[in-house]
Amino acid sequence: MTLLNIKNLSVEFETAGGAFRAVDGVDIAVDENDILAIVGESGSGKSVSMLAMMGLLPWTATITADEMSFDGIDLRDLSAKQRRKVIGRDMSMIFQEPMSSLNPCFTVGFQIKETLRIHMDMDRAQRQKRAVELLELVGIPDPERRLKAFPHQMSGGMSQRVMIAMALACKPRLLIADEPTTALDVTIQAQILDLLTDLQKETGMALILITHDMGVVAETAQRVQVQYAGQKVEEQPVRDLFAHPHHPYTAALLDALPERATERHLPTIPGVVPGQYDRPQGCLFSPRCKFADDKCRAVSPPVQPRDLGLARCHYPVNAKEDAV
Amino acid sequence: MLRYLLSRLLTFVPTFIGVCIISFAFIRVLPGDPIIVMAGERGVSEERYQELYEQFGFDRPIVVQFWDYFTGVLQGDLGTSYVTKRPVWDEFFSLFPATLELSICAILLAILLGIPAGVIAAVNRGKFFDRALMSSALVGYSMPIFWWALLLIIVFSGNLGWTPVSGRIDLLYFFDAKTGFMLIDSLLSGQDGAFQSAVRHLILPAIVLATIPLAVIARQTRSAMLEVLGEDYIRTARAKGLAPMRVNGVHALRNAMIPVITVVGLSVGMLLAGAILTETIFSWPGIGKWMVDSIYRRDYPVVQGGLLLVALLVMVVNLLVDLAYGLINPKIRKR
Amino acid sequence: MADVSSSTNTTPTDAAMARPGRFKEFWRYFRENRGAVIGFYVFIFFLLVAIFAPILAPFEPSTQNRDFTLIPPVWQDGGDWTFPLGTDPLGRDMLSRLIHGARYSFLVGTVVVILAATGGILTGLIAGFAPKWLDTIIMRIMDIILSIPSLLLALVLVAILGPSLLNAMIAIAIVLQPHYVRLTRAAVMTELTKDYVVSARVAGAKLPRLMFVTVLPNCLAPIIVQAALSFSNAILDVAALGFLGMGAQPPTPEWGTMLAEAREFILRAWWVVTFPGLAILMTVLAINLMGDGLRDALDPKLKRS
Repeated sequence: MTLLNIKNLSVEFETAGGAFRAVDGVDIAVDENDILAIVGESGSGKSVSMLAMMGLLPWTATITADEMSFDGIDLRDLSAKQRRKVIGRDMSMIFQEPMSSLNPCFTVGFQIKETLRIHMDMDRAQRQKRAVELLELVGIPDPERRLKAFPHQMSGGMSQRVMIAMALACKPRLLIADEPTTALDVTIQAQILDLLTDLQKETGMALILITHDMGVVAETAQRVQVQYAGQKVEEQPVRDLFAHPHHPYTAALLDALPERATERHLPTIPGVVPGQYDRPQGCLFSPRCKFADDKCRAVSPPVQPRDLGLARCHYPVNAKEDAV
Repeated sequence: MLRYLLSRLLTFVPTFIGVCIISFAFIRVLPGDPIIVMAGERGVSEERYQELYEQFGFDRPIVVQFWDYFTGVLQGDLGTSYVTKRPVWDEFFSLFPATLELSICAILLAILLGIPAGVIAAVNRGKFFDRALMSSALVGYSMPIFWWALLLIIVFSGNLGWTPVSGRIDLLYFFDAKTGFMLIDSLLSGQDGAFQSAVRHLILPAIVLATIPLAVIARQTRSAMLEVLGEDYIRTARAKGLAPMRVNGVHALRNAMIPVITVVGLSVGMLLAGAILTETIFSWPGIGKWMVDSIYRRDYPVVQGGLLLVALLVMVVNLLVDLAYGLINPKIRKR
Repeated sequence: MADVSSSTNTTPTDAAMARPGRFKEFWRYFRENRGAVIGFYVFIFFLLVAIFAPILAPFEPSTQNRDFTLIPPVWQDGGDWTFPLGTDPLGRDMLSRLIHGARYSFLVGTVVVILAATGGILTGLIAGFAPKWLDTIIMRIMDIILSIPSLLLALVLVAILGPSLLNAMIAIAIVLQPHYVRLTRAAVMTELTKDYVVSARVAGAKLPRLMFVTVLPNCLAPIIVQAALSFSNAILDVAALGFLGMGAQPPTPEWGTMLAEAREFILRAWWVVTFPGLAILMTVLAINLMGDGLRDALDPKLKRS
């Protein structure tokens, strides 16, 4: 059974300049033991869809979906109170900026044990034991002493480990990691990613990794879903995606990887993700796409079949090879 | 923490000496001969002038005069009132509890109403409650409190007759001041109705004195909360599945308290300034009224000593606020 | 929304070229704040009243109509259209006195702000540029002044200088000045670390030029907000001094002094007490509304000092 199933999710923000659609008809499905990577540039609505699911968006956001279920529970008609029983326990999330994601006024121990206290039926001693266990699990040495530390006394990598420990406190079924390594040093990045994949294997939980870094995707994920300007443009298993990207955007992203560069100059994608006021007609990627023609600029593209990676494109690339 | 404390204490010393110099200099250096002023319109004879001049030690060099004054201050000798002939120190401490009682009630009122109001306004940003609250806070902040006091007297004492106009307690009650705090003394006295009378006397002055700190605290709490609510760790707290009460009341408020504490500390200075007006209007026998009366009477030793003690009080409170700041903000504590 | 670039970050040359644009941008943000705009109009109204007081006021402020003492306002029983807001215990027309009082409030606000701001900005600039020992001495002195409650210090100063409106203004200016010093010094300190100052130094700018042309214009945003705040503070404090008999002396129609004169009549004639205070409150409120708008428009992140 799919653990998380989201169909046709849209999120709109009310702004001074009218409604802004940050997520537009996105489907997400994750099984237990699955690692899904959601890839896209800043502003492509990756984090927003996850925050919407967790109920963490401000009240200016309007969320609509045909289906949004987690472990058979329909998240759409859950009251705020019922939702709070699920998030933080069965479904938890870690964020991009570990240093600012921990409350500077409370000790690490307080913040970890707080999660245990509200979700688990544990007494004080059990919570202390579990907190020590968790810090050991995420590879923090001398856990008893570290529990008494304040966040500003720790490095970024250490803080992210604490965040992970906190997220894992109640043995969640699904962990969402929102750009967990972006703010960290390169050497630390690899350690944190390894830790995440190891923990995923150990616990069998599902992991959604939100990132803009194709390199991170290649190392960790099983499946990849590419988002552009709030829409899902392609979804494939990781190996197939790297071998045969079907959407021109995916292809361009992959070409921009230094390891795959064939020329001396690294190719880039000209332009930026369209914002609230410059949303194009037709295909949203058309202004930046080197294959775009008049049809692309006028008509919204259809979603191609699964063997073409569900690409949202009129002219999916690598189509012939696949057909053979 | 200890080093932090020591460094704070070190800056305390020069400021204290400076305040001594200023309170001393006001009387000696600035224009206006204290003896002529003291004598008033009747004037003073030449001989009597000389006599007084020597009696007050004005004939000696100014540095010597200051040194005498300063060593006196360090030993707790602030001079003697021209009018009552009592030591300034004794007068201050017999009146201080009245001001302290009024100030504590006022600041408690301001904190207990201001912080929740600011939090609720921030959480409901842009909604009706927020707008109404912030408008009233701005009115309170702009209020000439001496006028506000008169208005309250017109309505509550004049029209409704609920509260008395002046003093700390009705004249029919008489008992020894054991603590100097009328609320406590009236309870200890066991006399019927004494406590109620003390409360009714206290309520209007406390409201008047609390008005501006209340407005300032509410505004500061709101803006600090708004800033904190946008922080990443608030999102983390919500992602843990914490209830809004806990997110706002524990995770956000604890961080928002850091700037609010500073403001509470600053409002102690405001309270003392406000006490001058409030005590004068309500004939509240405290430090503020004492200072104003002494200024009217040109009782210079009292003005001098009072200025010094009030400044010292503000400095001590600021020091305490800094320490509280260290306690609530772990970043400073561990440095 | 994302590009609300703080204007203080622009280099001086940029600022000079972009000045009209900056003003327009400022006005756009200011206008968004409805309270600030209302405050602005009320302020202009009071300013006009102050300027044209002799034309607007039906009576001389000190004319005593001995036959018409304590006449209530026109809408109450016994009211009279000759005296729309009633008369005081000496038969002087309340409305005329209030109108003339506006002059004193604006005079006080302007003089105090100019005195305090010039002194404070200069001292703050010196402290910011000075060697550490001089900086320490200046800031200690400011600490000392700040440790005495402002109204008490002003009272004592006035008591020594002699009670008058001018002395009250001087006293209040002295009391308000440390805020400017602190603010200017802090702004100078942050600007001094920026690259454009270093480049001006390297280009050989002399100290006065560095102080007044290079750095000062970039420190103005918080100072302007402080000026608005101290304008209202000055009005309040001078009214308080007047109320305590240490400011303007009767029969000057200064609002605080009017309140002091009216005190004994509070339970008999509410209007002699209510109107002067209301005038103070309205003026101060309007200026504070404007100050809030200024703060938000000039620098969204600026904090209350």
